[in-house]
Amino acid sequence: MNSYSQFHSHSKPLLEVRGISKSYGERTILHDVHFSLFPQKLYALMGPSGSGKTTLLRILLGLEKADSGEIRWNGIPAGNPVDTSHLHISAVFQEDRLCESFSPLENIQMALPKKLPPAALFQEMSRLLPAESLSRPVSTLSGGMKRRTAILRALLCPSDFVILDEPFTGLDEGTKEMVIHYILEKCENRLILFTTHQMEDVSLMGAELLSVRESLQNT
Amino acid sequence: MQRTTIRKLLILLFWLAVWHIASLLLDNSLILVGPLDTAKSLVTLAATKDFWASILSSFLRIGTGFFGAFFAALLFAVLAYYIPLVGEFLDPLVLLMKSIPVASFVILALIWIGSKNLAVFISASVVFPVIYINTAAGLRSVDKNLLEMAQVFRFRPLNRLRYLYLPAVMPYLVSASKSALGMSWKSGVAAEVIGVPDSSIGEQLYMAKIYLSTGDLFAWTFVIICVSLLFEKCFLWVLSKIH
Repeated sequence: MNSYSQFHSHSKPLLEVRGISKSYGERTILHDVHFSLFPQKLYALMGPSGSGKTTLLRILLGLEKADSGEIRWNGIPAGNPVDTSHLHISAVFQEDRLCESFSPLENIQMALPKKLPPAALFQEMSRLLPAESLSRPVSTLSGGMKRRTAILRALLCPSDFVILDEPFTGLDEGTKEMVIHYILEKCENRLILFTTHQMEDVSLMGAELLSVRESLQNT
Repeated sequence: MQRTTIRKLLILLFWLAVWHIASLLLDNSLILVGPLDTAKSLVTLAATKDFWASILSSFLRIGTGFFGAFFAALLFAVLAYYIPLVGEFLDPLVLLMKSIPVASFVILALIWIGSKNLAVFISASVVFPVIYINTAAGLRSVDKNLLEMAQVFRFRPLNRLRYLYLPAVMPYLVSASKSALGMSWKSGVAAEVIGVPDSSIGEQLYMAKIYLSTGDLFAWTFVIICVSLLFEKCFLWVLSKIH
């Protein structure tokens, strides 16, 4: 059985995934995955480790080529690999992927299409990070601070679609709540897809569950 | 800091004293002149126009060779990074340039291009492989995860260069430049000694050898070390500013 997210038959999906399959050698990671994501919605993708969640996100981000299937963006084929040059996507990767020798402020500025006034950016970032940490090299920050920097980057960059791959890794419960509150505030008008292992995260985020479990060969 | 400087000065004085004592013991100015005689020769030479003209002329030749090769190596390393076939074509040439002894290469180059620009060619041929190999290695060391991140966030080209490529390439480039700068001067002056172009440090060294003027030979050697060090410090300072 294939999985579908067809809760929104009344509106046009922003993203359609049609029969995506991906194998590495003999190992099938994704098999005939189907789902549709609708604009301004929040979706959670759940599945055990190694079930192909990250591979699927990498295909959506245009970082991997699917073996077969099609991805449509606003009803138009997005190419294989997905051509993201004209799509506005931002992401939190499974790893933080920050430039370690630069500060959190610089890490956000470098990803922005237009530089923000430093004072305004400083104030915004202070909502998730201690002010004293904003100008220090990222290499000196804790794992949780790095994660929050990566989340800030994804949310402060203008985008229509935000992909968050296990965004709460390394965050304690209190910080996680603060981050969830911030994500919900910033997700306005954007499609958000995040992965998690915990059902609790799905309900805290108020997300619709998008299970690809049945679509995966190895689960 | 002050103690370190004093210690360094004392070590320098110790070796100058060893040099001086060795020259006194040998007592043969053809084989070894002492530091005082070298200083005297240096002062005498520095009072002539030829001295400064030779330094300037050699500096221009070797500098041209160095900068020409430096920028060419950067360009080809970038090309090889984006077009692997370019790298595959260049690899045997770079390996050849790296392996051929400078002495035999100088003779060949003398036949090919004559003596006037021999130092330019030789210093360039010594610098190119060092800078090319290290720049290529630096480019390969750029974190692939960060490149993917930059692709997703559609980084501007200048930001890619500033935040991803420069931090990865600069350590390689600085260390390669340190050795290339010294090598360019050593090989450039050696080429001048063989080619003997007019008004050059190599010509002055050659004349000192012909006239058995060991004092001048030592003085010119001291000049080469100083000019080479100055060139190295200035260039590395500029690189550190970019870094």
